[in-house]
Amino acid sequence: MSDWLEATFAQQRPRAIAALARMFRDIDLAEDAFADACLKALTAWSEHGAPRDPLAWLLTAARNTGLDRLRKSQRRAAILSRHAEELQPMPAEIPDPDEMRDDVLRLLFICCHPELDRRDQIAIALRVVVGLSVGEIASGFLVKPKTMEQRITRAKKKIAKSPVAFETPTPEERGDRMGKVSLMIYLMFSEGWSTSAGPEQMKLTLCEEAIRLARLLVALFPAMGEQAALLALLLLQHARRGARMDANGRLVALDDQDRSLWNRTEIAEGTAHLQKAERIGHRGVYIIQAAIAAAHVSAPSSTDTDWPLIESHYAALYALQPTPVVRLNHIAAQAKLYGPRHALKALEDLTGDLSNYRWFHAMRGGLLQDVGEHKAAIQAFEAVIGLAPTTPERIAVEEKIAISKKELRGL
Amino acid sequence: MIYAITIYGEAGVFEALPKDRQDQVMSGHRALQDALKKKGDFVSMRLMPPTSAVMVEPAASDGAPPLITDGPFADTKENFLGFYAADFVNLSEALDYAKLISSPIARLEVRPVAWAGGAISSE
Repeated sequence: MSDWLEATFAQQRPRAIAALARMFRDIDLAEDAFADACLKALTAWSEHGAPRDPLAWLLTAARNTGLDRLRKSQRRAAILSRHAEELQPMPAEIPDPDEMRDDVLRLLFICCHPELDRRDQIAIALRVVVGLSVGEIASGFLVKPKTMEQRITRAKKKIAKSPVAFETPTPEERGDRMGKVSLMIYLMFSEGWSTSAGPEQMKLTLCEEAIRLARLLVALFPAMGEQAALLALLLLQHARRGARMDANGRLVALDDQDRSLWNRTEIAEGTAHLQKAERIGHRGVYIIQAAIAAAHVSAPSSTDTDWPLIESHYAALYALQPTPVVRLNHIAAQAKLYGPRHALKALEDLTGDLSNYRWFHAMRGGLLQDVGEHKAAIQAFEAVIGLAPTTPERIAVEEKIAISKKELRGL
Repeated sequence: MIYAITIYGEAGVFEALPKDRQDQVMSGHRALQDALKKKGDFVSMRLMPPTSAVMVEPAASDGAPPLITDGPFADTKENFLGFYAADFVNLSEALDYAKLISSPIARLEVRPVAWAGGAISSE
């Protein structure tokens, strides 16, 4: 029975921890109380069946056990003195939806503490909000569980030192939190997407949990186009995971992927959320990236892709986010429209900024191959090898070097 | 009589299940679909999560267009997740079929259909 119930606990966890953290003004106590409540639920629900409103049941149980723990602990005086009147024993009321969404957003925002390294922000969100075990998070990041344990403990101490106010945020604060939390979720996904050195299953965990958190934001803030777009973007990208690597562990470029391996259900759901985001309006970086991803997944092949549309999306994205990497992607789309020579010329401006970026050299190498400059292509690909690529990337690049060498021998 | 077997549960819980439990749920659905296929026409749908929905609310006044909103705030209680509908001999047979997809994460409702159009028309 327990694994069926665990799924329900996992589903309730973000809202429950968020509400309990506000109740107790203490994240550790919130986590402990929630764990106690789940343990109680295992017995009670197995005997009497699951309640119609599991969140209300868990919150009431957690509030009571949390208060018990407080009475027995030394933290009691400190915590009770801050808000004694709020902590009288009583059934926990489900916070109203407005309060609940601010609670969850606050909890996620606390994880995005500016003094924390980006990976530690992600790790602590996975631990506290999602409830992954330290071991699971450690394998997601390819570090030892002990190392991850220490990092999470350190991160929690930093968080505890500068508490975030529990008052209702102003609209500006809410907007700021939403932006930072969304970025953290986006980077959680990217971390999973790019950690191709690890065992396949583990890196997928980060992608899946990022999607779960993006879903949570959309559920809490249904009128926010940018968050619907973020979810759309993650789903549309994740849908392609089955085709990213071939049977030999070689990274397969988007153009060459077997599109029948793309997940149609996820593409449909991503597209639905993109349409919803477009209906709401608000152009932002996620909606443009989601539109680009949608243009790719709706095309039957690389040649049948609407490249002019994708090129214009990248131009818009570059206007909002004028970074060399966005420009690189823009040039890649331009190469499809205006040819490799045009793209190679455009790439020259990026040489300084992206000389340490593997994809810059990989793309340049491919374009040089296209125009038959194999010597220069080999140099570009060798630059990729020098920049510590992941194994699947390295295999793909080594094959390209071999092709160019063969061409040179043939001449 | 046509009966609908509607499925209620919390969106996201299925995804949080371990793989073998997911397979267990899905094998129930496959069994039901195979059984229904043998009987004749049926319809079945699995809906996307409620977050993907848009609401068309009644117009505030006569002549006004209906109000389109981006969905209710997250309701943590049960959601309508999907349904099956087919012609059954009687309630008892409909219940037997419904039992095939019973699982701890879903509540099923077996309800007679007053009118059906399309593939399993009641007319």
